[in-house]
Amino acid sequence: MQSVPVPGRGRRGAELIEHLLRRAGFGATPDELNAYVDLGFTGTVSDLIDYEQVPDAVDSLIGKPGYAAITPRGGFLPAQNITDARQRWVFRMVHSGRPLQEKMTLFWHNHFATAYSKVAGAFGSTEGARYMAAKPSEDPNRVEGQIELLRRHALGNFRDLLVAVAKDTAMLVWLDGRTNVKGRPQENFARELMELFTMGVDTFAEADVYAGARVFTGWNLTRPSNAYYTFSYVASQHDTTAKEFTFPVYADGGKTIPARTAGAGQQDGLDLIAAVARHPATGPRLARKLYDFFISEVGRRDETLIAELAAVYYDSDFEMKPVLRHLLMSPQFADTSNRYARYSWPAEFVARALKEVGWTGFSVNDTLTPMSSMGQQLFEPPDVAGWEPGPGWFSTGGMLARMNFAASLATNQKFNLRTLARDSAKSPESLLAFLLDRLTAPSFAPESRRALLDYARAGGSWTGSESQVTTKAAGLVHLIVGSGDYQIV
Amino acid sequence: MSITRRDFVRGGVSAFTVSFAAPAFLSDLARAQGRTRRNLVVLYLSGGNDALSTLIPYNDPQYYARRPTIAIPAASVLQVGSDKAGNALGLHPRLGGLRSIYNAGRLAIIQRTGYLNSSRSHFAGTDIWSTADPRTPQGTGWLGRYLDTLPSPVDPLTAWATTREVPRTLQARTVGVPAIPSVTGYAFASPNGGVDAQYARDSATRIASHVPVDQPHLAFVNATAHGAFATLDRVAKVTSYVSTVTYPGDGFAQALRTIAGAMVKDVGTKVFWVQTGGYDTHSAQNPNAANGAYSNLMNTLNGGLSAFYSDLLNQGLLGDTLVLQFSEFGRRITENGSQGTDHGAASVMLALGGGVRGGIYGMAPNLRIAPDNPTLENNGADVHYETDFRSVYARVIDAWLGADSTSVLGADFRVGAPAFL
Repeated sequence: MQSVPVPGRGRRGAELIEHLLRRAGFGATPDELNAYVDLGFTGTVSDLIDYEQVPDAVDSLIGKPGYAAITPRGGFLPAQNITDARQRWVFRMVHSGRPLQEKMTLFWHNHFATAYSKVAGAFGSTEGARYMAAKPSEDPNRVEGQIELLRRHALGNFRDLLVAVAKDTAMLVWLDGRTNVKGRPQENFARELMELFTMGVDTFAEADVYAGARVFTGWNLTRPSNAYYTFSYVASQHDTTAKEFTFPVYADGGKTIPARTAGAGQQDGLDLIAAVARHPATGPRLARKLYDFFISEVGRRDETLIAELAAVYYDSDFEMKPVLRHLLMSPQFADTSNRYARYSWPAEFVARALKEVGWTGFSVNDTLTPMSSMGQQLFEPPDVAGWEPGPGWFSTGGMLARMNFAASLATNQKFNLRTLARDSAKSPESLLAFLLDRLTAPSFAPESRRALLDYARAGGSWTGSESQVTTKAAGLVHLIVGSGDYQIV
Repeated sequence: MSITRRDFVRGGVSAFTVSFAAPAFLSDLARAQGRTRRNLVVLYLSGGNDALSTLIPYNDPQYYARRPTIAIPAASVLQVGSDKAGNALGLHPRLGGLRSIYNAGRLAIIQRTGYLNSSRSHFAGTDIWSTADPRTPQGTGWLGRYLDTLPSPVDPLTAWATTREVPRTLQARTVGVPAIPSVTGYAFASPNGGVDAQYARDSATRIASHVPVDQPHLAFVNATAHGAFATLDRVAKVTSYVSTVTYPGDGFAQALRTIAGAMVKDVGTKVFWVQTGGYDTHSAQNPNAANGAYSNLMNTLNGGLSAFYSDLLNQGLLGDTLVLQFSEFGRRITENGSQGTDHGAASVMLALGGGVRGGIYGMAPNLRIAPDNPTLENNGADVHYETDFRSVYARVIDAWLGADSTSVLGADFRVGAPAFL
């Protein structure tokens, strides 16, 4: 039996940094990886977390040569057209110099899962896209769409993020806060604030939902100059009576938000948000979600690290940067048993495939329908709980969609791949070794590598002709990127 | 947030993957296992259906008092008679097709279905209805446990979710269930044509056959891929299905059309899952306006089910088919300030098919707020259940699937089950 090639790795430490970039970013191109390896692990972590040091220039690259293409329909209008907003976001995932900011934006998009369709149903498709994705700099009224809000707070203070989300136009539509008024309280936002955004199910009572709904009465929308919708506290619609909770609202243990005048009543909501941010269930719950997103989805969670992350969260007054720094610098993050221990989200899979396979001549528009078939249409989570990550992504239909995306990308990149692989195509073994290294998959089991090699050899003896390299390089990329192994990150 | 599928997979993955990757994949297998041609189609209305807008107690003055803007006028409802307690009831005006099926004696309406201490959470509620276990709604689903009772090896197309994810209801310990939202997209593509495409499929199938027990996550993903390879050729047969009626173009109706195609092409599936969403009607529920949110929901429901019923009738398959509908909870009785309704408790279930004894089961709630009113709960805010949903499941398991409900449900819920089958 001939020996089966095992992927080699170039530079010392590169594997850990590759791991870091798959988790805290969307993978890396060979050039990006080299640049990060020069920074070292700690330097890369700082670069990722303290991303303000890196220019936020990614949007200016859209449409430029050397980057993935977009497909405009007339104009490219991401603040007005949700398909264009989706293209812009995938483009950012692939090309941003601040990958962790994009990664956390994706995390918060799932956490505060808001669907474009409901906002568009209320205000029309152009306005729907605007409240989901407009940048203030491109909007006549400086509207900040929800995804820009999440980006701005990506590693900010969690309590501040909750306040911003509670006042976000799309959220006020999504969870019906815009219709929450005195005497007719609307429970939707108050319930999900506690159940999904902070404390978690079974940590509160129905009475807390009633009280919470009254707290947010008057947190509605207004429409200045008939030009846009924005948050407005409507004092006359606020329920001014006291609200009693079953858990402490105040640091002194007080459970009652006092009766306040209508004019001062907005403070009720700020008090409740501070309370749920401080609630003892919130830190561990966020820590578990971050653990699953960054460390591992396999086996038991490391409760020590969960407790540490929760402690950092409380000690830092809900600042997320210290939490992420502790997480990425933890021994658990670097532990080799936690490599390839997560199920990639469709967005992660697609962006990483583009970075590792190549994008010249490929439009991010062609990722959108496949991502939908994989179960993740950006700006359209299935419900208020967001997507179900982990094995939840992997149905038979979803797995076929991943294999078929691998096929369409490999088809599109056939000639680029031939050029890349030409010098490494002396034999089927060397071609396979080259591609396995470039695609950073975990080492396949021997029988799986044998299946790949048999494919490379099938159909006649190896001549290394242009047409043979074209066929087999694309074919191998399809099989590797479409394999189960590649889905694990 | 509720228990995720991951927690389940962490515990149960090895048995599951071994079976999903089992080598015998012929629909003959399912028939050889003594099955009839009986099908069960589970229909989930996601978001929490407002039962009081589906089935209207149009003679109850409290219904109109507590819903000043969203009540459906008595003159608009489609009357279906009265329940045993004499409460006059009518279907939503958009459910004309369902009323015809009701008049044909093939629609059972089971009122006030639910359970004690109903969860008002979408996720906990859905998990409870899926697992049939209000106390520990984790792990396998009630139909997954039914699949686990089938003799091994189980054909991988025995169940079919028309959604992108496999719902918890169908999650089994030893049987993998495919998710096939679209039969046309359920195919294996390749960058190269001709014989190289076949080499690619052979190789991909071999890679997917690797299910390492010491790497449960990789085993799970590979087994899922293997499940796709094991089912896609049979699923492809459904693409050529020509229905006898024209289905509406929405996703729900098209999923039902696919199910009818799978039945006619006899691909071997016994249990189908279909769902339609938008039932979380906190605001602008608008059940009266022609294009109101709830009217549209009812229109979608009615259009899909009516076409499906007629198609199956024409194909001679109605007698083999049971549709069972549920939702994770009902909604508050009193409307909120947004012309909508918030999360409540008991709801309504529908059962439809050739073997169904049509009619109205259970008693409508009395909507008057009073401490001694046993039909309400939560200080009169919500409808209290009368029929435990697990007794409905028990009836389906025993009388339709021919299995043993006490073992599938873990307890005896047969007593008091509505006799709709």
